[in-house]
Amino acid sequence: MSPLDVKRLREDFPILHQTVRDGRPLVYLDNAATTQKPRAVIDAIRRYYERDNANIHRGVHELSERATAAYEGARALVQRFIGASSPREIIFTRGTTEAINLVAQSFARPRVRPGDEILISTMEHHSNIVPWQMLCEQTGAVLRVVPIDDRGDLVMDELAARLGERTRLLALVHVSNALGTVNPVREIVALAHERGVPVLLDGAQAVAHARVDMRDLGCDFYAFSGHKLYGPTGIGVLYGRSELLEAMPPWQGGGDMIASVTFEKTTYNTLPYKFEAGTPHIAGGIGLGAAIEYVNAVGLDAIAAYEAELLDYATRGVSSVPGVRLIGTARRKSGVVSFVVNGVHAHDVGTILDQEGVAIRTGHHCAQPVMERFGVPATARASLALYNTRDDVDALVAALRKVAEVFA
Amino acid sequence: MSDVRELYQSVILDHNKKPRNFRRPEGSNRRADGYNPLCGDKVTVHLRIEDDVVRDVGFEGTGCAISTASASMMTESIKGRSVAEAERLFERFHHVVTGEIGIPPAVEEMTALGKLAVFAGVREYPARVKCATLVWHALHSALEGRADAVSTE
Repeated sequence: MSPLDVKRLREDFPILHQTVRDGRPLVYLDNAATTQKPRAVIDAIRRYYERDNANIHRGVHELSERATAAYEGARALVQRFIGASSPREIIFTRGTTEAINLVAQSFARPRVRPGDEILISTMEHHSNIVPWQMLCEQTGAVLRVVPIDDRGDLVMDELAARLGERTRLLALVHVSNALGTVNPVREIVALAHERGVPVLLDGAQAVAHARVDMRDLGCDFYAFSGHKLYGPTGIGVLYGRSELLEAMPPWQGGGDMIASVTFEKTTYNTLPYKFEAGTPHIAGGIGLGAAIEYVNAVGLDAIAAYEAELLDYATRGVSSVPGVRLIGTARRKSGVVSFVVNGVHAHDVGTILDQEGVAIRTGHHCAQPVMERFGVPATARASLALYNTRDDVDALVAALRKVAEVFA
Repeated sequence: MSDVRELYQSVILDHNKKPRNFRRPEGSNRRADGYNPLCGDKVTVHLRIEDDVVRDVGFEGTGCAISTASASMMTESIKGRSVAEAERLFERFHHVVTGEIGIPPAVEEMTALGKLAVFAGVREYPARVKCATLVWHALHSALEGRADAVSTE
């Protein structure tokens, strides 16, 4: 594993080389919201539209063949990227949210009875809360929640205690977007499986930052988005174990998801197409494939090591600013630094940082229960990607000192 | 470059630090809640209206400096005014802070706003306009006697 040549890698991201707010160099630290795109991804999408654009799977002409090959090639890249055993287990979706909704409606809904339980945790993103609340309303199932401690770690005893006879699914975030907590998902999956409970993992914040392997995790479903992995928006992935996907009814009906249609009887297509009704986001899939090739070439182990070191630097830097309190100090963390500034609302922090060219996220991060758990209305959040540097962190810390000056 | 201090003027910082009329007034007879789902800001406006005049006004809630200062200064501006005058002020305030970026508001508009003119800078920060207007929307709703929560979304 070679260390990252970040200076060179930054050249791959055209958007980073600009000034904002009247001449400040852009310092982009909002990567948990979305990452920037390398030229390889932008070029792949442009090439597709300039050269290969056609509908897939049914054209006899050359463009359709090329488009199909590129789209299915991307699916194979995803399969290898996450260590799935077959491309049949890779369903393209609009994103993590749609993937979770698919599992809720197609896997869980036919299986749960009134009084059955779906287990989630306090640190879930709204996208892993609301689909389950909707399911509970539809079925009479009960949503149960694993609490977190003051550091932002799951309370493991409580998790074990809540995995009961009526638990039909555990839906858990792999890496928390609001806290950066990396959950011990392999151990949790093993525990849930001992009790016969299937597991869905929300990997939106995980896949760009460390190696993720389905054979290693053993989970039943895994969801992630392309745009947090240096790929385009509007494309995401649901991985599902093929025997589960086989048994699930289609979620949406339409073209491409059928084998044959008559008014008497429609036969559904095989996996993965059964779950991909309508013309998909072909360019998005191809862009995601290019993003995965980019990340593979850089090396996820090198990215993980680099970001861990930078997280440590950022944590020390941000904590050194008087009045700053970190929210989320879990034992294992990914590149997220969430914090509050004493006496200053997160939105004011965000506006002042923005004037210094530093882009962060402020608010509840679509994780209101986390905010409630820590007794804050909102946090400011800096989140890292492979192209961030110590200079970026220094700019963040300097801008935070300006916040103190303005609000002195 | 635009200085962030044009947004965070000292009067705004002062009202944020020491909000005026941060209370529920005795005998208040109208109220409305405002909620900004974007940042989680919540504000409740309480009014005591007698003979069509705002005899007393207060607010409660949590928010950023812009929304807290806006609420605090709103209470000072409308106390003792008639309901119609308060409504007019709401409209003026709304007009000035939602004006077009880069175009300063007209002098007479600024004059009519009095102290509230310090919020004119907010129009340069589209993401923050809702912070400044939240409490005013709640006021508008309370003046109309609608008790339902207003949302900035």
